[in-house]
Order: sequence, then C-alpha cells, then structure tokens
Amino acid sequence: MLPDSKGHFGPYGGKYVPETLMAPLEELEAAYRSARRDKDFRKKQEDYLKNYVGRATPLYFAEKLTKRLGGAKVYLKREDLCHTGAHKINNALCQAMLAKRMGKKRVIAETGAGQHGVATATAAAFLGLECEVYMGTEDMRRQSLNVFRMKLLGAKVIGVDNGSRTLKDAINEAIRDWVTNVEGTNYIMGTVFGPHPYPMMVRDFQSVIGKEARRQIMKAEGRLPDRLIACVGGGSNAMGLFYPFLKDKEVSMTGVEAGGEGIESGRHAARFAGGSIGVLQGTKSYLLQSDKGQVLETHSISAGLDYASVGPEHCFYKDLGRIGYTYATNDEALDAFQLISREEGIIPALESSHAIAEVIKAAPKMKSNEVIIANLSGRGDKDVNQVSDILGVKF
Amino acid sequence: MNRIEKRFRALAKSDDKALIAYIMAGDPDLETTGELILALEEGGADIIELGVPFSDPLADGPVIQRASERALASKTSLKKVLGLVKDIRKKTDIPIILMTYYNIIYKYGEADFASHASSAGVDGVIIPDLPPEEGSDIIGHCRSNGIDTIFLLAPTSNDKRIRKVSLASRGFVYYVSLTGVTGVRTALSDSIKPMTDKIRKTSKRPLAVGFGISNARQAAEVAANADGVVVGSAIVKLVEENIGTKGIIPAVKGLASELKAGISAKS
Repeated sequence: MLPDSKGHFGPYGGKYVPETLMAPLEELEAAYRSARRDKDFRKKQEDYLKNYVGRATPLYFAEKLTKRLGGAKVYLKREDLCHTGAHKINNALCQAMLAKRMGKKRVIAETGAGQHGVATATAAAFLGLECEVYMGTEDMRRQSLNVFRMKLLGAKVIGVDNGSRTLKDAINEAIRDWVTNVEGTNYIMGTVFGPHPYPMMVRDFQSVIGKEARRQIMKAEGRLPDRLIACVGGGSNAMGLFYPFLKDKEVSMTGVEAGGEGIESGRHAARFAGGSIGVLQGTKSYLLQSDKGQVLETHSISAGLDYASVGPEHCFYKDLGRIGYTYATNDEALDAFQLISREEGIIPALESSHAIAEVIKAAPKMKSNEVIIANLSGRGDKDVNQVSDILGVKF
Repeated sequence: MNRIEKRFRALAKSDDKALIAYIMAGDPDLETTGELILALEEGGADIIELGVPFSDPLADGPVIQRASERALASKTSLKKVLGLVKDIRKKTDIPIILMTYYNIIYKYGEADFASHASSAGVDGVIIPDLPPEEGSDIIGHCRSNGIDTIFLLAPTSNDKRIRKVSLASRGFVYYVSLTGVTGVRTALSDSIKPMTDKIRKTSKRPLAVGFGISNARQAAEVAANADGVVVGSAIVKLVEENIGTKGIIPAVKGLASELKAGISAKS
C-alpha cells in the first residue's frame, strides 16, 4: 500500500515542513483515518456527493468527436458537470467535512485557476465554515470571474503579489497562514501535492472519478478502456481517474502536462519533460529548478497547470513506467478548446483542453474498436474572457 | 568539540547567554556580508547564523523574503557562501551556522555539502523545512564531517517530538517561540516559559529561542529562559534600511551590542 507510513511513494513524497506543522499533520492524518472508518461519515459523504455535488457524473460517448478523429472511441468523463464546474469540489467538500469534524472553524486554501478556491468557498458556505483563499494576482487577473464567485460565496480572497504571482506563490502564503493560525484552522490543499497526508487523502477523495468511470465503461462497452487521458497540474483529476485502474495492466494511462510555448522555449510547466528531483512545499517530487536548486518560473495559458512541481505519486508511477507523461502546448490546447466546443457543444476548461489535445493526437492512431476515456475535468466558462482576448475576438 | 559547543560552555562558565545573530548572505552582496559578520562579532554576537537564499522561503516573513530576493538578485549561491565562510575564517573564529531550505542542499548534494561546509569552516546547519524524520541522510553526512545539525521545536511540538528533535540535534536545540513565520513582533509569545521548561526536562542540549525577538528588552526576557537568543528579522531590516549607505556596518554593530547588553544584564 502506498504511501508508506511516513507518506513516501518510493523515493518521493514525505513531509518537508516546518516543525510547527508536524503535529497538526499527524492530527489531520489521524482524523482522516478515523473518518474513513466511520460509517456515518461515509454515508454523509456519499449523500453530499450525490445530492449536492451531483454525482455520479456521466461518462459520455463523444460520437461526433470520435467520427471526426477517425480512430478509437472517445468517452469523456464529465467532471465539468459537477457543482461549481470542476472535479475540485469532490476533494474540497470532503476536506471541509473533515475540518468540521475536527472542530475547526476556519479553512484556508490556495488556488490557481480559481476552481479549487471556488470549490472550497462553496464547501465552506455549505458547512458554515469561515474561508480565506490565497491566489496569485496574475491568476486573479486571468480568472477574474472566479474571484468574484468566491466573494459571492462569502470567502475572502487574498491576493499574493510575490514571485510569479501564480499558484506556487499562493501555496507559500497559504502555508505561512497555516503555520501562524494552526490552532482552529485547517488547510484544504487542492491537489495531490504537499506534505503527507495530502497526496494520499486528495487521491482517495478524487478516486470517486475512476471508480465511477470503471463501472460506467463496463456497462457501456462491457470491457475496460484501452487508454485513460487526463491533464496534470498538481495531478488530482488524473490521479482520481487513474488510481482505480492501476492494477488493470491492459489499461494504459497518459498524463498531459502544460507545454506552454514549447519545451525548447523554456516557457512551460512540463516537469517531467524539463525538471529534476527536488523538494518544494512539503514534498519530494519532480521540480522545474535551476542547477542551484532555485525554483524556476513556469508558464502556461492555463492557470491550473501553471506550477513548478507535480504530485509525488505521479513521479513514482512515471519511474515504474505505469503512467506515461506527455505535454500539450498552449496552441494545441486552444485548438482543442475550440474543436470540442464546436463538435460536442461542450466548452472545456483550458486545463482539460490539454487532455483533449492529447486525445486529438492519440485517437486517430488507434483502432476503431479501442476505447479512450478522457477526463473533462472542468468547464470553460471561466476561460472565455481569456480565450477571446487571445483570439482577438471582441464581444 | 566544535566551535558551537565550545562557545556555549564558555558562556555557561561566565553565567552568560548567547546572542545568535542572523543575516542573509549576499544581502545586498557577499562583500558586505563578510563585513557584517565581523561587525556583529565586534558588537557582541556569539554565533552567526548565515542565511542562504531560496526562491520559496515558506518559513519566513516579508523581511527575510525581501532579503532572499536581494541575495538572489546579487547571484548568491550556496557555493559562493561556502567560499565566503572560507575567506572569513582567516579573520574570525566565531561559530558560523548556515540556515537554508532543504532543496538548496539536496540539489548541491548532501554528502558534498557536508564535506565542503566542513572544510570551509562551517560549524552547523539549520534547515527549517526538514524535520528529523526526513533528515537521516543529511544527519549522517553532517555527523561524519563534524557539522552540527540543529533541528527546531515549536509551540505545537508534543513530548514525543521533543525527544525526537533533541536526539537528532547537535550543538543546540532551536525553539521557535511562536506559531508563525520569522519577523518582528511587538509582544513575545506566552508559550516561551512553559515550553522551554518542558523542553529542558527532556533535553540536555543548550536551548536557543528565536522568531519574533527584535529588541534588547525582549532578548533579555527570553535569555532568562534560554541559553541563546536568536535575532534575525530585526537585523535584516536594519540592513535593508541602510543599503547603499555607509551607515550599514555601524548600525548593525550598534544593534548587536544593544542586544548583547540586554542578554548579559538579565542572565
């Protein structure tokens, strides 16, 4: 069973945090393990996921897209149909439930694209918790709609003006807040990253995606898929989809990182293509860093993938060769964004568009009796302003 | 016996406590850092804590964050800081501890770090994002090179953690006096007396207290319960305010002597 008792996935993961957080992390892990064993908690969780989040989300056969690509059958796991518009709510809601169970009155979160911030603000409103969200000011500019949504939901959004003013800097500030207000506050981490137990806990909360997809594809096709495709920022939607299939050797898996303006440009967030092992924000993982160990600035059109490191469990399965990793550039993601909008009437998030970009490359090379499941992790309403700016469309 | 242990023994003999002064190496440049080390020593500092900049200093407040940015802008690296320590060793025998985040050392190579630091004349290392649980490699390399590994305790540390941290530490144990990041505070944390009492029941090592201590009065108060007092942000702030002026060296020396006077008067 991974991770081991200290939170390691092979050489990755662990707990690289200031001493102040060691006891609270132990407390959080104990609370999580006890909640997991508690029938009432699980029942409530199931009820909320069904009636509040709207699960199960459909596994949708994208017939027109399949025809157009002329290869494998393409199914889309419709996480964009979750309440708040992305898979982030699966995790945020469960962690907020845990915070409440632990008697915490306040939750904090970091956010990149704003989806995890909105999900946390939503869960906090739903459960009656005080909520503050840290967000880089560059991301606030790119994702102004989500900033307003968080405020409507009663959360306080704190702009972070350090460094590249994106997700990494927001996490630093959220950790600094937690170190300061550790009594009474829980940190709701949005992805399979950070110190143990977050990578494990977030994976478990998100694996509802893969469990449903497995059941749904068996019903639709009578067999397992040949390939799973998901975008990887921190990697929570990918891990959520992949995890329940890891033991199925016939299912291949591809994580798609943000290629930005291309690897050779140096302006990207493809950790596996351009990074090396390092330690950032609580965990040992692949990291975009200089030869001196300074963390490099990243770049992606998608705020949710614009991050210098990646979940430690992804590194473990990359080394094993169990999960393959590739990247899609900004331009490829933009093409995918438009294609699936027109072909399927689904406007995807720019993050999810990276997964679709890989589908566009992979499906034509596969046979018509083969099956791909791609995780449509979020909807693109938040991105339309940015995309119209880039495409030079005025409305 | 290395320089840190010697210094604590000497202080204990004269019933005195240590002033541990933190500055960021390369802020604003390494030449100034060398002068500041000597000025701090003349002012009365007993031990120097030398920050090595990292792009993401998540245990630090705004003052030291800005210092890291200035130090990175002046192209300060771990290698260059080791070079500075080697040079300054010709002029001073004051104990020098490096403080930096784990990734800097990990990327440099833990074995190389310990051996290079040792030959440069570094006495100890503090890594604020490395608890002993993840530190077995660096502890091993530092032990075999005579570098003290100083781990931290916090107000949230329970008895089990106090034992673990004390066991892994050499030189002294560093108690972080508050829940929070580094920085100047107006009031001291109430936890200092009960927590230092508690730590002393378990740990026989010298105990230094840091975070949020910025003036002679606070330093004196803390010194009553500790063997050493760490002052960082207050000094770094003074450096920041005097960058580009001739006043930087005397200002820092002046603060060090005020702090040391406070500490010695109360001990």
